[in-house]
This record gives sequence, structure tokens and C-alpha cells, in this order.
Amino acid sequence: MMLWETVIGLEVHVQLSTQSKIFSGAGTEFGAAPNTQACAVDLALPGTLPVLNEQALRFAIMFGLAMNAKIAERSVFERKNYFYPDLPKGYQTSQMDSPIVGPGLVDIELPDGTVKQVRLHHAHLEEDAGKSLHEDFHGQSGIDLNRAGTPLIEIVSEPDMRSAEEAVAYLKKIHSIVTYLGISDGEMSQGSLRCDANVSVRPKGEEKYGTRVEIKNINSFRFVEKAIKREVLRQTELIEDGGKVVMETRLYDPDKDETRPMRSKEEANDYRYFPCPDLLPVVVDTATIEQIRATLPELPDAKKARFIEQYGLSPYDAAVLTMERPIADYFEVVAAASGEPKLSANWVSGELAAKLNKENTRITNNPIQPEQLAGLIKRIVDNTISGKIAKQVFDAMWDGEGHVDTIIETRGLKQVSDTGALEKLVDDVLAFHPEQVEQYRAADDSKRKKLAGFFVGPIMKASKGQANPGIVNQILMKKLNG
Amino acid sequence: MSLHDRSLHELTIAEQLQALAAKKFSSEELTLHYLARIEKYDAQLNSYITITPELAIEAARAADAARATGTAGALAGIPLAQKDIFCTLGVRTSCASKMLDNFISPYNATVVEKFNAAGAVCLGKTNMDEFAMGSSNESSFYGPVKNPWNTDCVPGGSSGGSAAAVAAQLCAAATGTDTGGSIRQPAALCGITGLKPTYGRVSRYGMIAFASSLDQGGPMARSAEDCALLMNVMAGFDERDSTSVQRAVPDYTSVLNNSLEGLRIGLPKEYFNSGTDSGLTPEIERAVQTSIKELENLGATIKEISLPHTELAVPCYYVIAPAECSSNLSRFDGVRYGYRCTDPKDLFDLYSRSRDEGFGEEVKRRILVGTYALSAGFVDAYYRKAQQVRRLIQQDFVAAFNEVDVIAGPTTPSPAFKLGEKSSDPVTMYLEDIYTIAVNLAGLPAISLPTGFADNKPVGLQLIGNYFAEDKLLNVGHRFQQVTDWHRRTPALHKSGTGVRAA
Amino acid sequence: MTIEPADIEKVAKLARIRIDADDLPELTARLGNILAMVDKLQAVDTTGIAPMSNPFDAEQRLRPDAVTEVDQRDALLAIAPKTEQGLFLVPKVIE
Repeated sequence: MMLWETVIGLEVHVQLSTQSKIFSGAGTEFGAAPNTQACAVDLALPGTLPVLNEQALRFAIMFGLAMNAKIAERSVFERKNYFYPDLPKGYQTSQMDSPIVGPGLVDIELPDGTVKQVRLHHAHLEEDAGKSLHEDFHGQSGIDLNRAGTPLIEIVSEPDMRSAEEAVAYLKKIHSIVTYLGISDGEMSQGSLRCDANVSVRPKGEEKYGTRVEIKNINSFRFVEKAIKREVLRQTELIEDGGKVVMETRLYDPDKDETRPMRSKEEANDYRYFPCPDLLPVVVDTATIEQIRATLPELPDAKKARFIEQYGLSPYDAAVLTMERPIADYFEVVAAASGEPKLSANWVSGELAAKLNKENTRITNNPIQPEQLAGLIKRIVDNTISGKIAKQVFDAMWDGEGHVDTIIETRGLKQVSDTGALEKLVDDVLAFHPEQVEQYRAADDSKRKKLAGFFVGPIMKASKGQANPGIVNQILMKKLNG
Repeated sequence: MSLHDRSLHELTIAEQLQALAAKKFSSEELTLHYLARIEKYDAQLNSYITITPELAIEAARAADAARATGTAGALAGIPLAQKDIFCTLGVRTSCASKMLDNFISPYNATVVEKFNAAGAVCLGKTNMDEFAMGSSNESSFYGPVKNPWNTDCVPGGSSGGSAAAVAAQLCAAATGTDTGGSIRQPAALCGITGLKPTYGRVSRYGMIAFASSLDQGGPMARSAEDCALLMNVMAGFDERDSTSVQRAVPDYTSVLNNSLEGLRIGLPKEYFNSGTDSGLTPEIERAVQTSIKELENLGATIKEISLPHTELAVPCYYVIAPAECSSNLSRFDGVRYGYRCTDPKDLFDLYSRSRDEGFGEEVKRRILVGTYALSAGFVDAYYRKAQQVRRLIQQDFVAAFNEVDVIAGPTTPSPAFKLGEKSSDPVTMYLEDIYTIAVNLAGLPAISLPTGFADNKPVGLQLIGNYFAEDKLLNVGHRFQQVTDWHRRTPALHKSGTGVRAA
Repeated sequence: MTIEPADIEKVAKLARIRIDADDLPELTARLGNILAMVDKLQAVDTTGIAPMSNPFDAEQRLRPDAVTEVDQRDALLAIAPKTEQGLFLVPKVIE
């Protein structure tokens, strides 16, 4: 059987978090009533004209700098001409030959911990289209133009990715960078970040690319992975059955887990690009670029390196913590307040992340303040509670039961370190398991450790988990060996 | 016609402003006077698409009140007409197209706002070629405009309604727009003064686009002085128009009387020599040469110059203008405003039938030519090539203005032609703009001044200035009009019938 | 370059303008005349000449990022051919 290699390039559309639209003074708030944020310019009333939003340009430059890309000193808006009801002017104002962001390079982290470089072809500024609503208006569609004119950057990668996992890692990196920069909220569920994937397959070892298929509008990280895998399977099966892949645009249907051709785009279009005569070339001087560079925040890669260096974290932990800026910021407050970076890292990327995932919420909505979590960590370190009990306290804190010490106090969770009480507990457990005690004493040193472990569970259970495990161990050894 | 009547509409704007200030008559009286003239004469001329008497009287009263309290603007109470390409809030703005026959604009063009702020009265919206595409005003959905000097003839286009209304004194002055000669050519054919300003001097916001990189609004009036008064209001930077130029606006009236001593006038050899390709008639050449003598008498010196790429202007324009128009007119799709076909069976049907039924023949032709010129495989050969040739044409002018202050020549190769005479062949019609088009390609200002008659029909003298030299053009025009009276000639109007003759 | 009726049909489809088959021959002839006229440009040597789209080769001015427009939906929808529930209606959009 033939071995196939997957080739993926992504086109990512990112909505920029500007107050107003790219070419008009209408607002950009998400979820407004239909057509209440579409002004005369957005509706393309006759005679209206565009003027470029300064912040949209600035955001695009910030992105370019973060991608180690070249910023064009001169970029040109062009018109991409086609008819569609969500496109009021009959053309989309975009950039074609002279985009604002030139070639760049970005590192992506793969699940196995390796790092791969993906080349950025370019990124350009353009306007978003409106939305067609397909609820039944007597067999017609309704058009909402609130989104029309929202600024976008379209980020086009080279076909450098070789698996769905790599594509997801790349997309996550883009998401991470735009949210770090604060140029987008990155909300895939609201369409702030959308992805089209160009997918092809070729026999392993072949240099020529196969025929590519564009999969449109994939709106979650999970669907990116599923859609690509499904499409790769479709293409390889097709070829193995003697068929041929045709160049086309397909839509991913997550309910059926399949891709299907888009009917409306069947006909090859001729977009008739030409420089928009209502807009002039955008010229950015070096001083402006440098001034913007100076305002860039610490980016994920730099932060990861610093976390490894400053907090002694493993590269994996550092990567996990720096993927999203609010998590990294949260971690840093916990680490500083507790003085225990490694433990803080474990708690933030372990218990807290699991909880957020389970409750389907994000760190910004997390009810536990980082100082509170630091307080909990301190109580573990000073042996007031065990790590296991701490998880109970954590849940209570999440549920709003109050400060860590209050919870420990009212729930009576304080760790038992009183030697007298613990000796009695140990004696009781040993007396209850005479055979195991005999076994232990008859065994040689190499097996004793394992056999001693048998008693720890029952002892901790008898203490309702509150026994200090270190002291329990000391007493147990003394009794067994004594 | 009573003496009183004559005194009102025959006054220049400057004189009307003086009379209003001296309370010789009110703006309301002046406005009613023009409305009565429109009522009486426009059925024959068809220069207006929409007349707005209530709004006009309301504005006139407001102007009178402002004058009484000493808060009158620069054009307070002066009745003007707007070319129906400028969006006017609450008033139909049709662009002379069936496509926009039902379009009540929800906003004002910047130019309209400026006139409102200056207290001007808007009498109505003037007829034009559909979407400003034409040189005869025959492509209007509302029917052709007749030339007041000879109603068998066209008034020129595309601002033919404005030119006819000004010539027939159915308004004190009007606005026009000029993409390839649409202010100057009808001004010449109707015997009035029309100024096409430097590209970017007057805001395009709210002026329905034909070819964005060429379109420019400007004044059409009975004298250079009146054009200067309008320019003082119209010109200026607009933050809503990216191509608007950030540059101070001079008081255009302040230099009108400057001496022409030492003025260097260039005569492009390509613009003369009747009998060659240009189709320049001997009478027009004679009238223009006579006027140039007049300017020499005023102190100007004459020099022959060359604009070697002149013959490329028409082909260059007929790539760029249709290309831009094909894209600019895509917004007319029957979805958000304007004409929509009945019972579209699907989206494609909605678009293609609304656009087929809503646009006239010339507009559709230009959209098709422009779409072709931008389509894959042709965009470099046509559009890009034309943009390169455009620079060659501009460089001709840049070189010329190193040697001269003003370039002079005829505005049109021939006087007003008969209705229907050229409408069967677009290319013949396009050559009508042979002298005006290069100016738009270069983005320069130019003025057309009445300069005599040929075959009892008015002739225009075109003066082209360097960038932002509108003040110079108005100065030359004003001095010329002080020693000539061509601009004072008025056509004899008849309430009905066709017998309109030169006075 | 000569233009064929098929080219016109293709272009008309792109431009979303319906053309009657009866009108095609005349339209082809007229557009052919226009294109023949503009073909004069092909003979010009424009090597090294930068295309000109603005007379001043000016640069784009920037607008501060501020919301300056208020909701005018009612006025803007009032001039639309067909609306419902604040939306513009069109024949069904098929993806």
C-alpha cells in the first residue's frame, strides 16, 4: 500500500478589536440587533467613500512584527470584485499585490514537545462581509450587514504543515499571538478567528504537490483537526480507488463529520482585482514601525523562555502556561504570592485547567483569585493540609465558600501532625492486619518498601485524609521495624 | 417679460448678494421668481429632474431671517440647482437613472452640506446623462435636455441640465461634475462659464461615483466671478474623502482683478489646425484665436507648446473610466436601495435582471467594456497600460507648465450638435471630449469661458491651469469677461414651440 | 484584440447584466469599435513608466478609531426594496 503525505496551508481570518470599522465610523460590537451597526458607508449607499482606520493598520503592523515578518513601507488596497448579498459594494476592499505584512516565520509547538517552523506567506488587511441568515423568510434569505466592514487580517501560511495536529498547533500559535497582542479577542465561536484549510495529499517522497481542496470556515480547533483528517481520508481513498481529486471549495459539516462541495462557488470566478481608486497607497515609515515595535508586549515564545529561566519550569510546563496570556499572567501572580513557582505551575496547569475545562469556562471568569490560590499553596507547603485535602479546599473555594483558612477551619480539614494521636491510629491499623505485619517482618529489604505501602492507605483513610503523610511514614517505619 | 423680472434673474450672484443685503428684494422673492421661470420654461428644456419648491421657499425664508439677524452665510438666499448626482437628504437623487428613480437619499453630500451651511437655496436637481456617462445628455432616464440656444440641439453632457438651467437663467448657478469634460463641454455648448477644479479640491463624498480617480465637482455659472463665489463655498478638505486634499482654500474672489501683464499662455499645437483628425471646425478655431488675441491685449504673451500624447487621451480614458465605473456601479444590485426587478427567481436573476432593466444602454456598455478591461488576461494590457499612458499624459502637462502659466484652446471641436446626431455611434460621441479628457487624466483644473458663436451656437474657450491654480483661471476668466460680453448673451426663451434663437 | 459574442456573454455574466440574444450581434460590434479605438494604447512604449492612479501620488490619510455613526437602521431600511425583521431580503442564498 502507498504511503501518503498530507500537505496543509492555512488561511486564517482574524477580526481586529477596533472600536469602529475599517473604513467607516460605525461600531463593531458583537451581537447587536441586525443592521443597527451598518452605516451609510457599510451599506454602500451611492456616493459614500472609505477612510482607513488608524488602529486597524496599527494592529496589522503589530501582528507582522510579532511574526518576525517584513512590514511593507507601501501597501495598496485593491478591489476584489464579485456579487454576493453580504457584500454591499459588489467588491471587497482587500490587499493583493502589495500586502501590509510580508513573509515571516513562526515556531509551533507540537504535542510531542518538538518545535517546527512554519513560513508565513503574507498577511493583509481587508474588510469583513455581512451575514446571510437562512431562517425561513418565506423561502428567502435575510441579510445583516453589521459585520460588513469589520477589519480583518488574513494570514496566509506556506503549505508547510504535514498533519492535522500541526495545523492545529499553528492555529493555536496564531490565536496565542493575536490575543497576546490584544489585537483580537480570538473568539472562534463568535467568528473572530476563522480558518480555511488548503489540503492536498501526495505519495510520500514525491516533491510535487497534489491537487488541493479548500475547506472553508472551520470554526473551532477541534473541527480543524477533524475536518482535515476527514478530508485527507476522502482524498486518499479517492486516489486509491483510481479517482482524481478536483480543485474545489468544500464545507465541513461537523454534525455529519464530512466535507461537501460548496454549490455557490462552483463557477470559477474572475475577481478583477485593481487598486481601489477611493483609497491611496498606505505608507508607513520606519520610525512608526519602530515606535509600534516598542509597544509590543512580551510574546509567547519570549515568555516561555523566561518562565523556564526564571521559575525553573520544564519546557512543556512553560509552553502550556504561556499559550494564553491570561493564564500566564494568572500563574505569575500565584507564583509571586506563594513563592512556589513549580507548585503554582502544577496547580494552574493541572487542577485549575481541569476545572475550567470541566466547567467550560475560561480563566478570566475563574472565581478563584490568584492570591487565594497562592494562599492554598502556602498551606500545602507549611503542612497545614495535604495535597489531597487541598483539592477539596480548592473545590470549596471555587464554590465561593471563602478564604482558604476559613474553609480549613470550618470544615476541620487541618492536617493531623500530633504524634500521640497518629501513633494510636498506626497501632490500630497494624493490630487489624496481623498477617500483613508478619509478612513484612519476614521479607527482605528489597520487598519491604512495597509491603509497607499497604498500610498507608488504611491509615490515611482512618484519619479522613488529614494525617500528615510524612509523620505517618516515620511512625509506621518505627513500629514495623521496631 | 417685465423689467423687474429681468432685473432679478439677469443679475449676477455678486449683484444679487448686494441687493439682498440692501433689502432691495428678499430671498423668498428671488426664489419665487426663479421657481416661476422654471414653471414657465422648463417644460421645453427639461433641465430639471426634480424641483423642490417647498424646500426652496423654506430655505429662502431661513436665509432672509438669517440676514435680518446678521448671521447670513456667504451665499445666503441665492437660488442654486444641484446636479442630480449629489445626494440630497430627503430628496430623490436619481443620477438620471431608472436604477435610482425611487432613491430618496438618507444623507447629504458634503458639497450640499456646504451650500446649506452657506445659506444657499436649492431649487431642485438638474438633469444629466445617466450616471454622468455621456456628452449630450441624451442618456437620461428622464429624457434629453434641450439646448436653450437651439432646442433641436443637445446642451452637452453630462452636466447638461445644469448648463441649460444656468444658460436659461432658471437658477443663479448650478453644480456640475466633470469626469472627462462633463462641466466644461456643456458649459461651452450652452454659453456659460464652468470650472473643473483640481482633483481632490472639492469633496467627492456624496457625489455618486462614475470613475473615482477622475471625478471632480465644480461650479457652473454665468461668469468667472460667480464661479469664484461658488468655489469659496464648495472647495476644501473633507475628512470623509480619502482623496480630498489637505490644503488651505484661498478667497477666489480676491485675485479676480489681478493684472494679466506677463501671463504666459501656451497654445498646444495638437489642439489647433482645423481640418486634421480632431474635427475642429474653422469657426471655433477662429473664435478661440480671436479670444486669445483679446488676452494678448490684456498683457498676456503667447507661446506654442506641445502635448505630444494628446491623441492617446481618449483611448486612455475609455479604459480607465469604464474600468472604474464597472466596479463602482456594482453596488446597484437591487438589494439595499434602488430598482429591483419583479419576482426574481434566484439571486443571479435578481442581479442580472435588476441591472439590465435599471441601467440604460450607455451605462451597460461601459460596465461591459470596463469588466472586460479588468478581466483575467486583459487587466495588464488594458487597465495597467492605460494607467501608464496616463502618467505620460500628465508628464506632458508638467513639462508644459514649466514654460507657461495657462494653456489655452477650444473646449470642444464643434458647437452643439443635433439631438440623435451622434447617439448611434459611441466612438464618435467619445471624440466630443477630445480637448477635455486629458485634463481629468492629469487631475488639473480647467475652465470653459463663452467666447463667441459658431452657427448661432455658443463656443467655449478652455483654459487649463497648473495644479491648484483655480484662482489663476478665475482671474484670467474674469479679466477676459470684463472686456468681452459673450458671457452676457442670453438665449431667447419661449414658453412653447421650438423657435429659440440667439439674442 | 477582437471581441467575440462569447466574450461578451462571459463578461455580461461576470457583470451581472442580462443580455438578450437578439442584441448580442449589435452589442458585439459596438464594443468591438470601442476596443479597437482603445487598442491604440498597445503601440505605446511604457517601459519603466509607473502606473498612475492619483495625480499627486498621494498617501492614504488615517482616521482615528472612534465610533462616529449612530444607529440609523429605520431610515436606511426604509429605502430598501424588501426587508423583514430588520434584515434585507433576497432570494435564498445557497452555500
